[in-house]
Amino acid sequence: MTEARATFINIGERTNITGSAVFRKMITEGRYGDAVDVARQQVESGAQIIDVNMDEGMLDGVQAMTTYLNLIAAEPDIARVPVMIDSSKWEVIEAGLKCVQGKPIVNSISMKEGEDKFREQARACLSYGAAVVVMAFDEQGQADTAARKIEICQRAFRILTEEVGFPPEDIIFDPNVFAVATGIEEHNTYALDFIEATKVIRQTCPGCHISGGLSNVSFSFRGNEPVRRAMHSVFLYYAIPAGMDMGIVNAGQLDIYDDIDPELRDAVEDVILNRRSDATDRLVDLAERFKGQKGKVQVKDLAWRELPVAKRLQHALVHGITEYIDMDTEEARLNVERPLHVIEGPLMAGMNVVGDLFGSGKMFLPQVVKSARVMKQAVAWLEPYMEAEKRELGLERKSNGKVILATVKGDVHDIGKNIVGVVLACNGYEIVDLGVMVPAEKILDAAVREKADIIGLSGLITPSLDEMVYVASEMQRRGMRQPLLIGGATTSAAHTAVKIEPAIRCAPVVHVVDASRAVGVVSTLLSDEDRPVFLNEVRARYERMREARKDGPPRPRLPIAEARAARLKFDWKCYTPPRPVYEGVRTFEDIDLATLARYIDWTPYFSAWDLAGRYPAILQDKIVGEAASSLWRDTQAMMQQLVGEGWLKPKAVVGFWKANSSVDDIKLAGGESFLTLRQQMIKDNGQPNFALADFVAPEGDDWIGGFCVTAGPEAEEIAQKFAARGDDYSSIMVKAIADRFAEAMAEYMHEKVRKELWAYAPDEALSTEELIAEKYQGIRPAAGYPCQPDHTEKATLFRLLEAEKRIGVELTSSFAMMPASSVSGLYLSHPGSVYFAVGRIDRDQVADYAARKGWETRMAERWLAPILSYDPFVMADAVA
Amino acid sequence: MNSQDRFKALEALADQRILVLDGAMGTQIQNYRLTEADFQGSRFADWEIPLKGNNDLLNLTRPDVIGEIHRKYIEAGADFVETNTFSATTIAMADYKMEALAAEIARQGARIAREVADEAEARLGRPVGVMGAIGPTNKTLSLSPNVNDPGYRDVTFDQVREAYFEQAEAMAPFIDVFLIETVFDTLNAKAAIKALLDLRAQKGIDLPIIISGTITDASGRTLSGQTAEAFWNSVRHAKPWAIGLNCALGADLMRQHIAAISRVADTRVIAYPNAGLPNAFGEYDETPDQTSAHLKEWANSGLVNVLGGCCGTSPGHIAAIAQAIRSAAPRKLPEVSRAMRLSGLEPFTVAS
Repeated sequence: MTEARATFINIGERTNITGSAVFRKMITEGRYGDAVDVARQQVESGAQIIDVNMDEGMLDGVQAMTTYLNLIAAEPDIARVPVMIDSSKWEVIEAGLKCVQGKPIVNSISMKEGEDKFREQARACLSYGAAVVVMAFDEQGQADTAARKIEICQRAFRILTEEVGFPPEDIIFDPNVFAVATGIEEHNTYALDFIEATKVIRQTCPGCHISGGLSNVSFSFRGNEPVRRAMHSVFLYYAIPAGMDMGIVNAGQLDIYDDIDPELRDAVEDVILNRRSDATDRLVDLAERFKGQKGKVQVKDLAWRELPVAKRLQHALVHGITEYIDMDTEEARLNVERPLHVIEGPLMAGMNVVGDLFGSGKMFLPQVVKSARVMKQAVAWLEPYMEAEKRELGLERKSNGKVILATVKGDVHDIGKNIVGVVLACNGYEIVDLGVMVPAEKILDAAVREKADIIGLSGLITPSLDEMVYVASEMQRRGMRQPLLIGGATTSAAHTAVKIEPAIRCAPVVHVVDASRAVGVVSTLLSDEDRPVFLNEVRARYERMREARKDGPPRPRLPIAEARAARLKFDWKCYTPPRPVYEGVRTFEDIDLATLARYIDWTPYFSAWDLAGRYPAILQDKIVGEAASSLWRDTQAMMQQLVGEGWLKPKAVVGFWKANSSVDDIKLAGGESFLTLRQQMIKDNGQPNFALADFVAPEGDDWIGGFCVTAGPEAEEIAQKFAARGDDYSSIMVKAIADRFAEAMAEYMHEKVRKELWAYAPDEALSTEELIAEKYQGIRPAAGYPCQPDHTEKATLFRLLEAEKRIGVELTSSFAMMPASSVSGLYLSHPGSVYFAVGRIDRDQVADYAARKGWETRMAERWLAPILSYDPFVMADAVA
Repeated sequence: MNSQDRFKALEALADQRILVLDGAMGTQIQNYRLTEADFQGSRFADWEIPLKGNNDLLNLTRPDVIGEIHRKYIEAGADFVETNTFSATTIAMADYKMEALAAEIARQGARIAREVADEAEARLGRPVGVMGAIGPTNKTLSLSPNVNDPGYRDVTFDQVREAYFEQAEAMAPFIDVFLIETVFDTLNAKAAIKALLDLRAQKGIDLPIIISGTITDASGRTLSGQTAEAFWNSVRHAKPWAIGLNCALGADLMRQHIAAISRVADTRVIAYPNAGLPNAFGEYDETPDQTSAHLKEWANSGLVNVLGGCCGTSPGHIAAIAQAIRSAAPRKLPEVSRAMRLSGLEPFTVAS
C-alpha cells in the first residue's frame, strides 16, 4: 500500500457475525460482555467505523442487534465512532436505526426487490438520519460486468437524489467485489470491472462514495494467506486511485504494496488487471511456493523470549516492544534486592546499548523514541515499589542529573526540544521541560528552584537567537554557574561563539548540533573528570571562530543608491498585470485533509526526525532506510487516522490589494505598505540587485496578495494528549505531520491562487514533484526568510489579513506564528518574479529602512541582526 | 396572516437582523405563587395525586396566566413565543397520570400562544411567530436507568416517536414552527424528527423545524455524551430552519459550544441560555444587563441568528437582549464543503 491509503476509510469486520467466527460464537452463546470487548479493541486499534452484523440463521437478528447496540452505546470508548448497521434484513436494519444517537451508515439497501421497495427503504434511512450503502443489485441479480454495475448505480443515484431527495454525499455504492482466478474465464475481468465501474460511477454520480468487501477478490486462494494478502493490497493499489474510498478490510490482511515479493506482485497484478490469458495458471503455480509462508505482519520471532531476563529487557528496549515489558520488569524486580537496581542494572544496560547503537548510527531517532516509550513503561511499573521503599527507608531515587529544557520566549517550536528531552530521559537524566515561549526569568527561576545541573535552550526562528543572548546575560547578572546548552535549527556554533558566549562568563556555553549529541555533551559536562578538558576545547574553538570572524575581510557592499539603480527593470508598458478575482480578504475553511496530503513534501518531515535524505529515496537508503521505512509505516498509520477522523482543521486567509512599488516599498491603495530589503552584494555580469518591490508595477493597475495558512491548534492538543499518556513518539509525530500540513496548505492555496483566485495560470498542471521544485509562475515569499529577512513585516500582513480574528493565528512578541504549524507570506504574480536571498546589508540601507519603519536605527539593527554586514556594537564603541 | 405567510415574513426579517425568542416560562410561573388549587382548577379537584408543578396543565386550568406571560414577552420585543407544552407528551404526563390529557394540553397550549400572538400582531403591526415546544420527555433512549444493566431501556424508540407524533399533531393547527428543544439525548430528538417527518409524509403537515440541544456541563457534551458537532451531524437530516443550544449553562459557559455549532452548521443558529447558573437556592442571579452584554458580544461576533432566554430569564431580560442586539447583523451562513458527516459521540467526516 502507498500514500493513497491515507484517503481510504477502513471498516473493521470483527463485530460482524458473517466475518468473524469468534464473534459469532460469543453472540450465539450470549456472551455479550466479550462481544462488547471486541468492539472496544477494534476502536482502540484504530477502527474509524465499526460494522455490526448479526445475520445468523439461528439468531433473532432484531433482538441481537438491539441488545448489542444498546450495550455499546453505554461504552463511551466505543460509542465515540459511528456504527455501520449491517444486515441483509430490513427489519434488523430498522431495529438498529432505532438504537443509535449518532449518524450511522446502513449496509445495505438495493433494487433487488424493485424500485418501489428501494425508494421506501431509502426514505426511511433518510428520516432516521443515516447514510446508505447501495449494492449494485437489481431485480435481475447482482451486477457483474462494468456496464451493469454502472447502469444500476446510475439508476439508483438518480432515484435517490432526484426522487427521494437523498444527499449525494451520503450515498456509498458497493459495485460488488467478486472472486477472480477461479478458472472460469468470464471471471477474469471481475476485478477490472470493479475498478472501471468505480471510476465511471465516481465521475457520473458526483459526491458519492465507493466501498466493497475486499476479501471476496481472493476467495480462490482460501488457505493461502500470503497470496490473499498480496491480492488485497494490489487490488486496493488500483481501486483506491480509481475512487474506492471505503472498504470492509481486515487490516491484518494487507501487505505494504512495496513489500510484496516482486515476482508474486507481478503475477497478482496480471490476475487483477487481467493482463494475460495465462495469468491465473501462473499465479496458481507460483502460489504453491508462498503457501504456508507467514506474511510479514504475522512474523513474530519469539526466540528472544527464551533469553535470560536482562537480555529480554535489552531486546525489548532496542526493538521498542512494550508487549512483555511489565512481565519482564516484574521478573527482574523479584531477582534483585531493590527495585532501583532494575533501573540501574538491566534497564540502564539496555539503554546503553540503545545509546551505543544510536551513537554509531545503527539506530535512528524514531527507534530511540520508541525505546524511550518502553523504558517509561518499565519505570512506571517499578515506581509504586520504589515509592513504597522510599516511604519505608526514606531513600531518594538518584538520577544522573537534572536538565531544564525550554523553548525561549517568542518561539513556539518544540519538536527538537522534545526529542532531546526524550533521549536524555532514557539515559537516566531527570528532565524538567518548561515548554514553549518561556521567558528568561521563568527558566532561571526554575533552574534555581529545581537545583538543575544544566540548562538547555531551544529555538527555531531567528529572533530566538537574540532571546538566547538575553537569557545568557541574565545568567551572568544572577551569577549562575550551570552549563548552558544551545540548540535548534537556526542556532549555530558561530552564533554561540560570537554572540552568546561573550554575554556569559560565569558559566560554560555549548552549542549542540543535534539530538544525538545531547547525551554525550551532558554526560561530559556532568563528569568532574572529563569536563575541564572538554570545556577547554570548546572555549578554544569558539575563540578561534570569533577571531576568524573578526579578521575576515568585510565584503564590500554596494551603496544602497547604486544597488537601487541596479534593480531589476521590467518593461511595464508591455505588460498588463493580471487582476485577481476579488480584492480584500477571504477565509477558506473545511479543506479536505486527503486533498492536502497530496501536496505534502515529505523530505523535511524526515529531516525533522534527524533522518537525512530525500523522500522517497530515503526509504531505500542503505544507512537510514530501515528506520525511515519503519517511521514511514507508523506515519502512514497515523495519517490514515488523522485524515479520516479529521484531527486537523486547516484554515487559510488570502487577501489581494491594489498596490504599486515605490523605490523599495510596496504601497497599498489603502495606505499600508510592505517594506522590502534590497541586495547590496556586488554582482558580476550585470545581474540585478533584487528587492521584492521590483516585481510590482510602479504605476498603473497592479496587485499584491497575502496569505496566512494554519494546520490549526488541534495538533498541539492531540500531541499533549499523547504526551500525557507517555507516548512521546506519537506526540512528536503528530506535530511533525501538522507542520507538513501547514506547508502543504501553503502549496495548495498558492496553486488555488494561481489557478482560480488570481487566475493568471488557470491551466497549470503540475505534479507534486514539480510543485516542490517551484516550477510555477509567481512566488510566495515569507517574512523572516531570505527574500525578506525582517520578521516584523508579518505584523502588517496579519493586520491586513485579520489573521487572528479570522483563523486564530497570532503573532508572538518575536513575531513567531502561533499555532506553530502555520505559514504566511506575500503573493507576487509577475512572471519574472523569483526567489532570492537579500544577503548581508550595510549601514546605509539599515538607516534608510529604520526611517521607513519609523524605528530607531538600533531597533532595526536588532531585528536585522542576522543579515548585518557590520558589527553594530564595534562601530558604536568607535564612535563613542 | 396565515402561518406560511407569517413565517415567510419572519424569515425575511431574519435576513436583516437577529430575531428574538422569548424567555423562561417556568421561572415566570413561579412568580405567580400558584397553589395546588390553581393547578387543579375545578376540573381536576379530585385528582388522585398532587398536580402542583405540572406547569403545562395550567394551559387548561389557568390559561390567563400563560397568556399573560406570552404577552409580556411579546411586548418586551420577542419575535417568537414558545408554547407552554414542554412536557405535553404521554410519556412526561405519566408522572401525573395524565397520559390521556397530553394531546389536549398540547393543543390548548398552542392555542393560547396563537391567540396572544395574533392579538399582538394586529396591535403592534409586526409578525409574531409561535414555536411549538417539544421537550425531551423524562426518559432517555440512549441511557439505561439501571446501572447494573447497561443494555436496558425504560422506553422504546417507537413509544417516544408515537408520543411526539401525537403532541405535534395536536399543536400543528396553531403554530408556525416546531421546536425540538433541550435535547439532552440525541436519540430522543431523532425520534421526534422521525415523528415530524412521518407527520409530513402521512398527514401533509409541513412546518419548519428548529432543534436546540443542551450541553449539560463543562465537558462540552450532551448528557448522552455527544459533542456539539456530533450532535449537529446526527440531526442534520431534519434540514432544520435553525440549530442551536439552550438551557443548562449561562451565556458565558455556552459561548464556546455555540461557536462550535456556528462554525459547522449550514443553517441558522439559535441560542437561548439560562440567566447564569443557579445559586445555592436554585435561583438565577444574572441581571438583564449581564445576560444581554454577553449576547451582544455573540451578536457582534456573528455567531447567531436567533437569541432568547431559558431558565431564570424574564421579560426584563428579553427587553434588554432585544435592545442590545438591535444593530447587530445576523450570522451569515457558512459554506460547508460536501462530505459525508457521520457521528458517534464524536463527529467523523468522509470527504466526497
